[in-house]
Amino acid sequence: MKNDTTNVKEEVNKGSNKSSGPRRTLYKSTSKKIADVTIFTLLSIFSITMVLPFVWMISTSLKTPIQTRTSTPEWIPDPIVWTKYVEIWEKAPLLTGFMNSSIYAIVVLAFGTFFTALGAFAFSKLNFPGREKIFLGLLGTMMIPFPALMIPHYILFVNLGWIDSLLPLIVPAMLGNVFMMFFLRQFMNGISDEIIEAAKIDGSGYFGIFWKIMLPMIKPAIAAQVILWFMGIWNDYVGPLIYLHSPRNQTLPLMIANFNAFYEIQNDFPLIMAASLVSMIPLLVVFFAFQRYFVESMNYAGVKG
Amino acid sequence: MATQGLSRLNRKEKWIAFIFIFPLVLQFVLFLFGPLIYSFYISMTDWNIFGTATFIGFENYINMIQNDRFWRAMGNTAFYLLGIPIGLAISMVLAVWMNRGIPGITIFRFLIYLPVVSSIVAITILWQWMYNYEFGLINHLLNSVGINSVNWLNNRDWVKPAIIILGIWRGLGVSTIFYLAALQNIPKSLYEAAEIDGANFLQKFRHITAPLLTPMTFFLIVTGVINTMQIFVEIQIMTPAGGPGYSSASIVFYIWQEGFQYNALGYASAASWLLGLMIFVITIFNFAMQKKWVHQ
Repeated sequence: MKNDTTNVKEEVNKGSNKSSGPRRTLYKSTSKKIADVTIFTLLSIFSITMVLPFVWMISTSLKTPIQTRTSTPEWIPDPIVWTKYVEIWEKAPLLTGFMNSSIYAIVVLAFGTFFTALGAFAFSKLNFPGREKIFLGLLGTMMIPFPALMIPHYILFVNLGWIDSLLPLIVPAMLGNVFMMFFLRQFMNGISDEIIEAAKIDGSGYFGIFWKIMLPMIKPAIAAQVILWFMGIWNDYVGPLIYLHSPRNQTLPLMIANFNAFYEIQNDFPLIMAASLVSMIPLLVVFFAFQRYFVESMNYAGVKG
Repeated sequence: MATQGLSRLNRKEKWIAFIFIFPLVLQFVLFLFGPLIYSFYISMTDWNIFGTATFIGFENYINMIQNDRFWRAMGNTAFYLLGIPIGLAISMVLAVWMNRGIPGITIFRFLIYLPVVSSIVAITILWQWMYNYEFGLINHLLNSVGINSVNWLNNRDWVKPAIIILGIWRGLGVSTIFYLAALQNIPKSLYEAAEIDGANFLQKFRHITAPLLTPMTFFLIVTGVINTMQIFVEIQIMTPAGGPGYSSASIVFYIWQEGFQYNALGYASAASWLLGLMIFVITIFNFAMQKKWVHQ
């Protein structure tokens, strides 16, 4: 947002720059204007193309299956049928899916964020033997691809009797997130040690320093990371696919995928589109609500590599 | 008194630090490093979930490299990597266009980013419907410009491009925003100097923009390769059997099928170790090549 406005201002200033002479400015600004209009048009066409699938999704969800069997695309359904949005709740335990996904997300994010921040604090501000080695060891696990872990995890959870419950998804994840820990540590390294030393002299314990001083200071960094993590959890498909069998225990993505496999045979695409659309709402709400943090966090990740 | 209290506090520091990092270390032992080592052991056995495990050495690995479906999955995964340069080229152009300071950028950026924040499963299902042979949107649009319908997901030649197109559409938002951030870090003075020398748009792009974007391109290639090597969700949902003639199955799809559909846990572990090793070697290779083309 900010960058865009400054860019516009700079362009405006450049346009009225007198040092390059009046004729040159005139020539440059007309050719630049033509280029700008062309590019604006191209970007508009491209962005609209990018959104077309979503429009098609909404359009399909407001049709009857018969209305989808046309030879040319019908963008605005005639008539508009809302019944699929009622039907989806009757045809699958979607509400249970929402509940399961929410439990998964809330428990993991609550515990995981706490443990991750606590660990990052120790690696950034406390002295202990082997600090760098342990840190690098943890960081190294970011390179392990999930497929390499899914079979031993499966065997472990079969032996623990955790299959067909949310535990295999929740327990490993709630212990922390190494990528986020790395990110928060970088953030905390930028905070002066003096604040910590001063708090020590004032008689604060280490946990008090973490909770009362550090946590409030790194709130924006945590917010950005929690959003990314939430999206990861809400999108998780492979884990639930492996562990969750009975419909009442399934998370939303798995339920929607099974729903799709079942109704695709019957060509009930409006029903499938309605269910898929509804399943995305939490993600879109989070995105709209925290868009600022989100874009910021992308920028951070880009800069930090 | 005060210094004595402080040093006692410092001695305590070590133990408190260990408590603070305990959850992460526990995760490392129980769910990351431990399982990784255990999976290597399983990969040397003939274990399926029902029987007992017999140690068979490298037999799984030897069987694998003689398995036709494994090589098809490898070839398909390599094909999917083609989506990375295409996606990066498009997003670089988009970012350059969006960086001109024309109005409406916030909206363009938002629209292009929308697929990134949508549910992967929901989007895959949406594209499966769009690729529908008879009534899908894509064939409707192709027909309207006089091109015959393509049976996207049931055609050996088209199923992989179909999955690549979905991947590019879904990933453009991220790479465009990253490129945009990188472009805003390029000093304006470089372009002004080039303009004085009479450089045209293409020359500026070739000699200033593209070289200064190479660190970002490098980052996007490295992460893109790691992610694409693990492509699974799109394939499992759109082509539950791995496509006609196994033409869409990826390595992770193969691992999942062997491990969880056929219960060949030992064999699947071997395949997953091979995948992990490949990702590792390719990533190391990417970093080694970095000096040759990435602008420092």
